[in-house]
Amino acid sequence: MSEKIISLDKLTKIYDDQPAVDRLSLSINKGEVFGLLGPNGAGKSTTIFMLLGLIQPTSGNLQVCGIDSTTNPIDVKRRVGYLPDDLGFYQNMTGFENLLYTASLNAISRDEAKRRAKQLLEQVGLEDAMHKKTGKYSRGMKQRLGLADVLIKEPEIIILDEPTLGIDPKGVQELLKLIKQLNKEKDITVLLSSHHLHQVQQICDRVGIFVDGKLLAKGNVNELAQQLFGVRSSVVQVEVGEITESLLARLNQLDGVTGVEKVDGSFIEVTCQENMTPVISETITQNNARLYSIRCKDHGLDEIYHLYFEGREIDENTKKAKIS
Amino acid sequence: MKIPKKLKFRKGEEETKNEKAEQKNTSPVFSVIVRKEFTDFIKSWRIIILLIIIILTCMGSLYTAITTIQDTLSRSEDVKEIAKDTNLFLQLFTTSDGTLPPFVTFVSFLGPLLGIALGFDAVNAERNKGTLTRLMSQPVPRDYVINAKFLAALLVSTTLFFALGFIVMALGILIIGIPPTFEEFLRILCFLCLCVAYIGFWLNLGILFSVRFKQAATSALSSIAVWIFFSVFYNMIIDFISKGYLNPESITSTDEAVTKQETILNLMRLSPNYLFSESTTTLLSPSVRSLGPLTMEQTVGAITGPLPFGQSLLLIWPQLTGLIAATLICFAIAYVLFMRQEIRTN
Repeated sequence: MSEKIISLDKLTKIYDDQPAVDRLSLSINKGEVFGLLGPNGAGKSTTIFMLLGLIQPTSGNLQVCGIDSTTNPIDVKRRVGYLPDDLGFYQNMTGFENLLYTASLNAISRDEAKRRAKQLLEQVGLEDAMHKKTGKYSRGMKQRLGLADVLIKEPEIIILDEPTLGIDPKGVQELLKLIKQLNKEKDITVLLSSHHLHQVQQICDRVGIFVDGKLLAKGNVNELAQQLFGVRSSVVQVEVGEITESLLARLNQLDGVTGVEKVDGSFIEVTCQENMTPVISETITQNNARLYSIRCKDHGLDEIYHLYFEGREIDENTKKAKIS
Repeated sequence: MKIPKKLKFRKGEEETKNEKAEQKNTSPVFSVIVRKEFTDFIKSWRIIILLIIIILTCMGSLYTAITTIQDTLSRSEDVKEIAKDTNLFLQLFTTSDGTLPPFVTFVSFLGPLLGIALGFDAVNAERNKGTLTRLMSQPVPRDYVINAKFLAALLVSTTLFFALGFIVMALGILIIGIPPTFEEFLRILCFLCLCVAYIGFWLNLGILFSVRFKQAATSALSSIAVWIFFSVFYNMIIDFISKGYLNPESITSTDEAVTKQETILNLMRLSPNYLFSESTTTLLSPSVRSLGPLTMEQTVGAITGPLPFGQSLLLIWPQLTGLIAATLICFAIAYVLFMRQEIRTN
């Protein structure tokens, strides 16, 4: 078991009587890539700000690199690099100058800073644009410069808040690859917040799901899916010429089918425990119905995630309805 | 790929070095921010344009002052001798032939504008550009940011006004040919310090609004609104009040007249503009003997002559402290607001 580098104990932050983060207990090990996953407004950013000591927690303890960030934020910030979600740079300065400024704020000597900045800019692939004003950078370039900016102080932990926001798919892949590479080569602990499950899935060792300031589940992505949704199910969508009651009844009687639903016009959705496409198509042709198309809708993780949160909302609404 | 390996070996060593350097003195980081802010100011178009306007107007007013003085001087040789005794040199800052206002008026008009321009987007621009969170996630105490911004802006205005003041003096000596006495020199220095304090007030007001309002435009407009209120409307309001209050029919004794006059004067002194203009006239026109009302009894028998420098300074001491106090109050409010404010971007 490796050592804990971040530990939170019953961390709570209350804004106007509304808990933004509610008794959060979590520990992250050194050298790990941890993903904070959750919808907007779940309290991910608030937690990150508390880790950096930029927001005072209402109650609870937190330690980063063995230092309490509430009482000693400066020491924590010396060891932690943070990439904000809406990062900006001084637009009238070049990318290189921006990095030098950050370095000088970290009391790094000018020669050393120049050396590191050059090396990092090469690493993130900005060597051609390093003497260009950051005002002319594209979103993806800014994000990469942001990563270089975070790394210039050679941190032990980097915290990335929505690092893939607004970048094209190719850029996202490159960025994620870079993050993973840094994690492996320099043994930097990475804390990543996002609401894109499949991106998180690609690089994170462990994931914590955050809803309404509470940590609902944590573990690696596969465990999580099991934990949250139990048995996985698939849906087969069928398009037939004419929908008859007898066809629906026959489909319903099949082994393993848990539900049959008429969607609209000539579409039927069959929910089953596993992929039963061949059996279903056979049944339909036996029933003398014309089969136009058949498709198995397997749940992607993204979809599961959406289903999960949608389900929650409905649950809550019904709860509210019951109360009133 | 050789460099990263090297880097790994050196990492531990460097970290301890850095920490030691920081523990020794934290001021390098502060001066880094000040330097960066100062560079930003002198590179920004907004400040460059304002500087050009200020320099041009000052040169213009200097020109009119010099021509007026030269006209008077050329009339007779005796005037030159008299001039030495009557602080002629100070007139460079206060005289005008009527076509352009004198230096003092320009400063009292453009100074606030410069202060506001330096301060109005100090904090909210960083916030809107998203640089504030990045700055705050560096190992920098939060108050360094606002202190450094204040100091950098103050440095810009100090440099500018001292440079301008000395240029005016130098040109004055060259063109009129009368050197300033030591007392005159001291008076001018004090006047320049006063200018900086006055600009400092508007600068802090700008910083205060920049912390309070999220939009730079809102904070600029509200600072300008306050400025216009004090430079135009406040006088009108006081005039309006004094008309009813100082109605000669309702005043029965001299004492009453004096106290009422003083009340009005004190109301006027709530305005930083008035404090500044009172102080500058006292400093630059030594013949001003009092800032309050004087009765005939008090003036009878007084010999008209310039006030010594120490006495002039004594006369404006309350004004000066008042102005600095107002500046500090604005800064304190801005400081507290900023320290308590969430760094969140939205």
